[in-house]
Amino acid sequence: MNISLLNMPWIEPLVNIAKGEDVSRNVQTIVRTIGIPLAGILVFLMIWHAAASSIDTSLGQFPGPSDVIEQSQNLISEHIAERDKAEAFYERQEKRNAERMEKDPDYVPKIRPYTGKPTYVDQIGTSLVTVLSGFFLASLIAVPLGIVIGLSANLYSAFNPIIQIFKPVSPLAWLPLVTMVVSALYVSDDPMVPKSFVTSMITVMLCCLWPTVINTAVGVASISQDLKNVSQVLRLNYMTHVIKIVLPSSVPMMFTGLRLSLSIAWMVLIAAEMLAQNPGLGKFVWDEFQNGSSDSLGRIMVAVITIGLIGFLLDRIMLMIQRYVSWDKSATLR
Amino acid sequence: MNKMLEITGAGIEFNTPKGSFRALQNVNLKIPQGEFVSLIGHSGCGKSTVLNIVAGLLQATEGGVVLNGKEVNEPGPERAVVFQNHSLLPWLSAYENVELAVKQVFKGKKFKAEMKEWIEHNLNLVHMTHAMHKRPDEISGGMKQRVGIARALAMEPDVLLMDEPFGALDALTRAHLQDSLMEIQKDLNNTVIMITHDVDEAVLLSDRIVMMTNGPSATIGEILDVNLERPRNRIQLADDPAYNKYRQQVLSFLYEKQRKVDDVPSSSPAKKADQPAEAPSAEKNKVA
Repeated sequence: MNISLLNMPWIEPLVNIAKGEDVSRNVQTIVRTIGIPLAGILVFLMIWHAAASSIDTSLGQFPGPSDVIEQSQNLISEHIAERDKAEAFYERQEKRNAERMEKDPDYVPKIRPYTGKPTYVDQIGTSLVTVLSGFFLASLIAVPLGIVIGLSANLYSAFNPIIQIFKPVSPLAWLPLVTMVVSALYVSDDPMVPKSFVTSMITVMLCCLWPTVINTAVGVASISQDLKNVSQVLRLNYMTHVIKIVLPSSVPMMFTGLRLSLSIAWMVLIAAEMLAQNPGLGKFVWDEFQNGSSDSLGRIMVAVITIGLIGFLLDRIMLMIQRYVSWDKSATLR
Repeated sequence: MNKMLEITGAGIEFNTPKGSFRALQNVNLKIPQGEFVSLIGHSGCGKSTVLNIVAGLLQATEGGVVLNGKEVNEPGPERAVVFQNHSLLPWLSAYENVELAVKQVFKGKKFKAEMKEWIEHNLNLVHMTHAMHKRPDEISGGMKQRVGIARALAMEPDVLLMDEPFGALDALTRAHLQDSLMEIQKDLNNTVIMITHDVDEAVLLSDRIVMMTNGPSATIGEILDVNLERPRNRIQLADDPAYNKYRQQVLSFLYEKQRKVDDVPSSSPAKKADQPAEAPSAEKNKVA
């Protein structure tokens, strides 16, 4: 794998040192690329610690860095304990089934699912699945729509006001509507996915559509006249024109939009989950807030940092994909 | 019926926010199959407009273009264009760029293996076989223009339209490509219309030089027949009195009869140092 693809500039000097090349210069590079950001984080932690100890709330002191570390350890050990319990639960069932089978060979064994409460790790998983499904759904709509309206100035003028009006709408405004519509339309005795999931996903989709639509349309509209002339001289039909000329040349702008969309999707998701009670990070924050124990604020702070880290990671992954699919490798992407 | 390209009474008017602008008027030209014609004139005189009308990228307001008895009203591969800035698709290799054209033009007419051979044959014509799997950003400007020519030739066009194909290249590369182009044209006997700013290039390559008056309402000023024997050799021609006479005629049209006053401010004579002695009393604009 290409090192620069990961955008971790400090790996290269490490590799160089390992190879025995110009040690002092490479050490300097490492200090610059890790040392200074690390110093920034340390200063931030100190300020946070000092500020936290002087804020008293009805739920105790505002959590400082040490509380966050403590609570994250708690959350992990709770997760492990819960998993052990689940394993033991399935083990007991299997044992019981085996015993019954011995007595009565006609018995068809049943395995009941474990119904313990979702752990923090499960909630992160739910959030990721929800945000990615919402984002993919949005992309499936936004990319073709962006291409179609980018190709026609009239369609663009027709859609532009609608896009501009819906773009700034908060997820909290959509959610009640989406909830009611989903309750009305998504009726099934044995639903494949819970309603709260569908509601959150659709809210995410509605809010993160727009940057991709706009950027794709702008990318498509700004294809150079030269390339359009080539396409005309060759008499490429509409589909070939889109696939061979339009898509590749608008990939950079499209990805700018997709990255904006994904970061919006992740922000929107937390709010949507809080209200829709989709068992993800948003619900975790809400439940902890309602719970109101002395640990709650610390646990919420863990969630805040987790949300930030995952958002950052998602953007990095999108950047990697963008670098991989983009034909213009010389373009600086950040 | 003879194969021929006819431009008859072509004129074009553009709608601008300031009202209509007449760029071109009453352009008449007949070009028999296999002739190499250059269009020369000052910037903004509508050379590119003429070319774009022939290509079908622009529609003439009045008059029109007939190619081999068929009216031209849309772009098509039988009138292949070599664009000024190569216009290669930057995400495709040289081979793939030509392939896109070949696949489009010979869909259902050639087998896969034949297409491959044809693509390679055309890249070979422009001496690009060695770098055919490189992408445009990996090759030089001259090489890009070669690929652009290969792409146009691969369409097997009746007419090859070239919009200042060598304008952005350095002198040595340009000379090299001009020689290649003469060779190719001798073998294929395509009709070629080439726009150029370069007087030497026009005389060296053309059978006829079409000189255009300045716009607005530009039209054909004079047509010069270049009766130099082929194959032409630039070094021998440099001393040829006939060659120099043709050269002088084009220069005199451009810098005396059609001198662009605003282009040559008297304060900076160094800008066009190589032009003949400043014309004392230039008949400003409009010949016809």
